[in-house]
Amino acid sequence: MKAIETEIAIIGGGIAGCSTALHVALRGVPVVLLEKRQPGAAASGVNFGGVRRNGRALEELTLAKRSIDIWHTLPELVGNDCEYAMNGHLKVARNDADMEAMETHAKAQAEYGCEVEMISRNALLARYPWFSDVAYGAAWCASDGQANPRLLGPSFAHAARRAGADIRENEPVAALEKDGDGFLLRSENGLEVRARQVLNAAGAWGARVAGWLSEKVELWPMMPQLVVTEPVPYFMEPALGVVGGDVYVRQIPRGNLIFGGRSGTADLDEGFGHAITEETLCTLERTVKVIPRMADVNIIRLWSGVEGCTPDHLPVLGPSRTTPGVMHAFGFSGHGFCLGPGVGAVMAELLLDGETKTPIEAFDIGRF
Amino acid sequence: MSAAGNILIIGAGPAGTRAAEVLVGQGLRPILVDEAPASGGQVYRRQPPGFLRSTKLRYGFEASKADALHDCFDGLRERIDYRPDTSVWSIENKTAFTLGPNGVDRIPYDALLLCTGAVDRVLPVPGWTLPGVFTMGGAQIALKAQGCAIGKRVVFMGSGPLLYLVAYQYAHAGAKVAAVLDTARLSDALPVLPGLLIGGLTLAKGLWYQNWLRFHGIAVRRGVRPLVIEGDSRVTGFSYRSAGGQERHIDCDALALGWGVKPECQLAELAGCDMAFDAMARQWLPSSDAEGRASAEGVYLAGDGAGIMGADAAEYRGELAALALLADQGKSSDVARRAHLKHKLSRQMRFRIALERALPYPQGLAAAQPDDTIVCRCEGVTAGDIRLGQSLEPQEINRAKAFTRVGMGRCQGRMCGIASAEILAAHKGVPLAEVGRLRGQAPIKPLNIAIGGAAADDDPDRAASI
Repeated sequence: MKAIETEIAIIGGGIAGCSTALHVALRGVPVVLLEKRQPGAAASGVNFGGVRRNGRALEELTLAKRSIDIWHTLPELVGNDCEYAMNGHLKVARNDADMEAMETHAKAQAEYGCEVEMISRNALLARYPWFSDVAYGAAWCASDGQANPRLLGPSFAHAARRAGADIRENEPVAALEKDGDGFLLRSENGLEVRARQVLNAAGAWGARVAGWLSEKVELWPMMPQLVVTEPVPYFMEPALGVVGGDVYVRQIPRGNLIFGGRSGTADLDEGFGHAITEETLCTLERTVKVIPRMADVNIIRLWSGVEGCTPDHLPVLGPSRTTPGVMHAFGFSGHGFCLGPGVGAVMAELLLDGETKTPIEAFDIGRF
Repeated sequence: MSAAGNILIIGAGPAGTRAAEVLVGQGLRPILVDEAPASGGQVYRRQPPGFLRSTKLRYGFEASKADALHDCFDGLRERIDYRPDTSVWSIENKTAFTLGPNGVDRIPYDALLLCTGAVDRVLPVPGWTLPGVFTMGGAQIALKAQGCAIGKRVVFMGSGPLLYLVAYQYAHAGAKVAAVLDTARLSDALPVLPGLLIGGLTLAKGLWYQNWLRFHGIAVRRGVRPLVIEGDSRVTGFSYRSAGGQERHIDCDALALGWGVKPECQLAELAGCDMAFDAMARQWLPSSDAEGRASAEGVYLAGDGAGIMGADAAEYRGELAALALLADQGKSSDVARRAHLKHKLSRQMRFRIALERALPYPQGLAAAQPDDTIVCRCEGVTAGDIRLGQSLEPQEINRAKAFTRVGMGRCQGRMCGIASAEILAAHKGVPLAEVGRLRGQAPIKPLNIAIGGAAADDDPDRAASI
């Protein structure tokens, strides 16, 4: 089989990879993306669906802002709003210490232009009477939102294809090697792609790809597991997360509540995450303690997916430190959904212009 | 609780009862979990306490089989760990998670006998979500268990052995049967007559029901094509195209529809059984060998849940799977009896194949539905939604689910999974097997959040917060 010749090859069809493919293709540069299953099938497609800056690490705020600006343009950019709604996000405290930590963080966030309002317990219960008294107060970010993860990756892949990108499904990359002044990628099915530059957007498998370049990154699989209920009358406009991350909930306007907080299990070679029933029971119990009215609701489905988590919970973004011509964008550590569209814009700039105005130094692979 | 030696049977219908009988006969004490309040399964469902209709009245020709099975179960009851009113909603690492009168329980097992039975195979027809439309099996259960009819003027539409049986039972019980409309043609049956004759008594009964209906002046039509179930807030009539091509209309206030039954195999999937596409059933079924061994270690399949063969075969299959289990555990297992059961089952299978051809599933019906027909009732997803797939071009059915929500609601695709796969495959112009199947996920039926109070608190990290 003759190798496909291209400028940019992308390993991984999650949001980061698909968004990069779109942004590269929109500039008329040939790009081939190899996805082991289907676009947006792993962490990109099965996550909670939060699009938030509330409580986010300061290093990520500028990138998140850039991404959220793109979220607002999805209908024009990818032909589909992916059910994105700017309904706000509540980060819920359980005690005074939580409140103090959030207040400090909110002040720091303000310097990045991200407005977060602290809400006392009484004000919180007045606004949202469905909280139990576990809720001690909250940080409120009105510019946050939520969206449907099942649509985002596929929509970017679809738009990228229309813009001229060559998106290959069911093509797990098995090898990446230097080839002249470029690279040769080979899939398990024998497909060969020759490219001048390569983006490693392999998600939970990103460290394996980095390993082929003798770059060592510790990346643990994390498997957030989620539950969805039958539709019930709409009462919860904002998405919410309790400090510590063991309860997070949102409701979509058609009525289903989506929530999680515990971890499933996964086998990276098999490629799927699996929910653990016992952990689900734990999630149900904890969620009801925060929102007692959910006790009457039925759950109808649970699932999990695989994501890659780095030691400092920040992603790996930017050039390889061993192999010029290779860029990394993986290890989003459970909060890449919001960032994904922006990551694509940034990576396209890095690949095509060699620089970006969005600060990403904190995500350099050399930091480990 | 220790898993050592636990044998778990799920389902107390004909297969589960006979399996329990074999195990008890060897001095074992299986755990038998059943969703229903009393044994018998759907086919020999018992009536609620205080109902006094005779078995003859409720089961007709099958009364003696029903009595025998119920008697068998009643004799076992004290010698098994029987848990009625209890559903299994997840299986993981050789542990079944149940929900019963006392809440959530976990049952670790060494061996698992899945006798999960079948559910109606329904296809979408315009208007099928109107109040007054029932599945064929649902209409039968209403009558058999509770002595209720689904309407005053009922149309029976579909195909399969239940069609004539349920219509007969309704008419016999005094309900007004407006018409019996079979999508199968008589010409479907003729080429497979030799196979049908193997059915002997079963075939004779089927023909007797049809003739009884005709003799009592009830319209029986073959080769019909359903057009639309009419009504605004509930069923008022039904239109169809006759075998001769004319459009016909019937007034009715209720309609039972169904095309046979389909195996309930979600638990087999969760238990780790390989699934394979069955060309005759046109669906994915858990694989098993001739004695009911599934691909997952220690898992056995019996009854209609392992592929539709009917109630008599379910009794043989339950007995056979239990004998296979005994043999695999190195216990005494009657080899001659196993050979005899396999011989009987192979004859039943030949009859079954002939029956499938004589009363065929209408292959093109789902795919021919107009764009505005609702396919997924829970999520209100139409045939057109599935074809359009948010313009994201789903290649297989789980992607179509992700894009359109088809099969994502309360029933988790138990009702619409077959039709949505047919529609997607036809739209893409690929064989049905290529679009795959909706992957099974726990909980297999809706589960109240309040049960979370049963979470095992052995993890100190969990106990600490909140």
